[in-house]
Amino acid sequence: MAEKAIEAKKKGQKMSSEDYTYVGMVFHRLTRHKLAMVGAVMLIFILLFVFVGPLVWRVNPNQQIEGMGGLFNPPSRAHPIGTDDYGRDVLARMFFGGRISLFIGFISAISSTLVGAVVGLVAGYYGGWADDLLMRFTDAMLSIPTFPLLIALASVLGKGVWQIILVIVVFGWMADARLVRGLALSLKEQEYVEAARAIGASANRIMWRHLFPNTLAVLIVSTTIGIGGAIIYEASISFLGFGVQAPFASWGNMLQNAQQFIWKSPLLIIYPGLAIFMTVLGFNFFGDGLRDAIDPKLKL
Amino acid sequence: MDNREVLVDIKNLRTFFYTEDGVVPAVDGIDLTIHRGEVVGLVGESGCGKSVTALSIMRLIPNPPGKIIGGEIFFGGEDLLKKNEEAMRMIRGDKISMIFQEPMTSLNPVYTIGDQISEAITLHQKIDDAEAKKRTIEMLHLVGIPEPERRFSQYPHEMSGGMRQRVMIAMALSSNPQLLISDEATTALDVTIQAQILDLMRGLQKKLGMAILIITHNLAVVAEMAETISIAYAGKIVESASAKEIFKSPRHPYTYGLLQSIPKFTEKKTNEPLPAIEGMVPSPYHMPKGCRFNPRCPFATEKCREVEPEIVELTPGHLVRCFHPIES
Repeated sequence: MAEKAIEAKKKGQKMSSEDYTYVGMVFHRLTRHKLAMVGAVMLIFILLFVFVGPLVWRVNPNQQIEGMGGLFNPPSRAHPIGTDDYGRDVLARMFFGGRISLFIGFISAISSTLVGAVVGLVAGYYGGWADDLLMRFTDAMLSIPTFPLLIALASVLGKGVWQIILVIVVFGWMADARLVRGLALSLKEQEYVEAARAIGASANRIMWRHLFPNTLAVLIVSTTIGIGGAIIYEASISFLGFGVQAPFASWGNMLQNAQQFIWKSPLLIIYPGLAIFMTVLGFNFFGDGLRDAIDPKLKL
Repeated sequence: MDNREVLVDIKNLRTFFYTEDGVVPAVDGIDLTIHRGEVVGLVGESGCGKSVTALSIMRLIPNPPGKIIGGEIFFGGEDLLKKNEEAMRMIRGDKISMIFQEPMTSLNPVYTIGDQISEAITLHQKIDDAEAKKRTIEMLHLVGIPEPERRFSQYPHEMSGGMRQRVMIAMALSSNPQLLISDEATTALDVTIQAQILDLMRGLQKKLGMAILIITHNLAVVAEMAETISIAYAGKIVESASAKEIFKSPRHPYTYGLLQSIPKFTEKKTNEPLPAIEGMVPSPYHMPKGCRFNPRCPFATEKCREVEPEIVELTPGHLVRCFHPIES
């Protein structure tokens, strides 16, 4: 600290209290984490691609070129990465497909974390039969072979973005529930919880105001990694034909669509595959880095 | 002898813990009276049931394994043991407040101290945020925290242990409670800070007039503060009298032993070891028959090993649970 202060003085800066905040510390450690920065760069690239891309390349992703000549075009000036089997511009479809994939990833990862947090907090805080009941239910959910049921559920619920999100959340909250339960078990023994009860706080208040914020550091990391997982899930469901429906694009259904032309036009599979790969890898790298940065015991 | 109104009247309180190894009678028939504005000390060794008594008053005994199985705790004429959880929440932090032993961990690390004191205030008073903030700063000022406006937005880790205990006191007193329970509140602090905190508590007691129940193992703490002292041993009160009486003429052999084991400045330097009470506190799973102190008592007789003595008033206001009280 002293060295830092001297250094700051040399540079003519004043030590501000910002240097001591938790968020500031985590940010500082994160910027020094190489893998996290690689992940961040990948994610920034993907986000720019998906959100700024369509502003530059204004092509309707569902517009088909009439006639056989428009199908499976190789990259050209008119279509920078070619056209697909319906003669639609692949670049524009990559932009809009990415938006949907990322949207599903974010919403379902955050929702499953919240569901997991509720289950985990209630189980961990109340303990006893509530804990037994909820955790055995979690175990049961974990021991269900997910994929067949996922498909079954998707076919029952119908096809669409919100349905996919629901399916992913239904099968995605268990790990977070276990994580939060473990944290709640140790946090509820802290004296500040007893102090909160002594000022007359209710169980709900203690769970949400006093325990939940203390689990956030862990939950943010788990959500970040969960986004990657949810994007894979979306791709898998879409790949099997139960996801986002034509003509709307998602990276997953673009993959699904392209599989029948894998020998004819392999690039059609490589674009969305590469995009999913980069996004998931980016989130995993960044999440890992975030976990290291948040853990104060780890030297970086 | 005390003509103030009775605030707390604990009668034959029994709180047991049902563990896997057996039943622990942590509190087994404790009686305690606290008048309005009175400072009462509850003194005893580890495991004698003093903290469990405090938690029983607050109805914060962890259940399972703990359970209040008998007795009555009258607070302002109403039996707290007959109240439901909802009603107890309205009392906790409002009419009865408590401060704990560990100031370092009694504050939530993710909120500023201003937030936490305001929470205690808004839980019991219908006031808006600006008013709560004003009141919080007043409280911080009252407990002697310099620059309360700046401290308001600081986090617990930015404060020392003594400062945090002051924050805890501010939080406890923010709703003007009638009773403040201090459960070993100064034990974790070093001696100079301990003295400051005790001074602060005494000053605030005079100013605000609440009753204080001081729970401690440290006789010096209650000697400075308490008007009445109760000595607990193995879940029961063995002696209760005014502070003066306890220190001047202890009647129970246990109290006597405790006082003897304190080094005194006034005595001439000798090479004699400090007197100690022989033996150990009995295991809660195997309480001795008869008087619970009999295995360690130098005056124990056959009767002490067979029959449990009742607590009797030897002189007005001086209660002792012993067949053979020491002559004053």
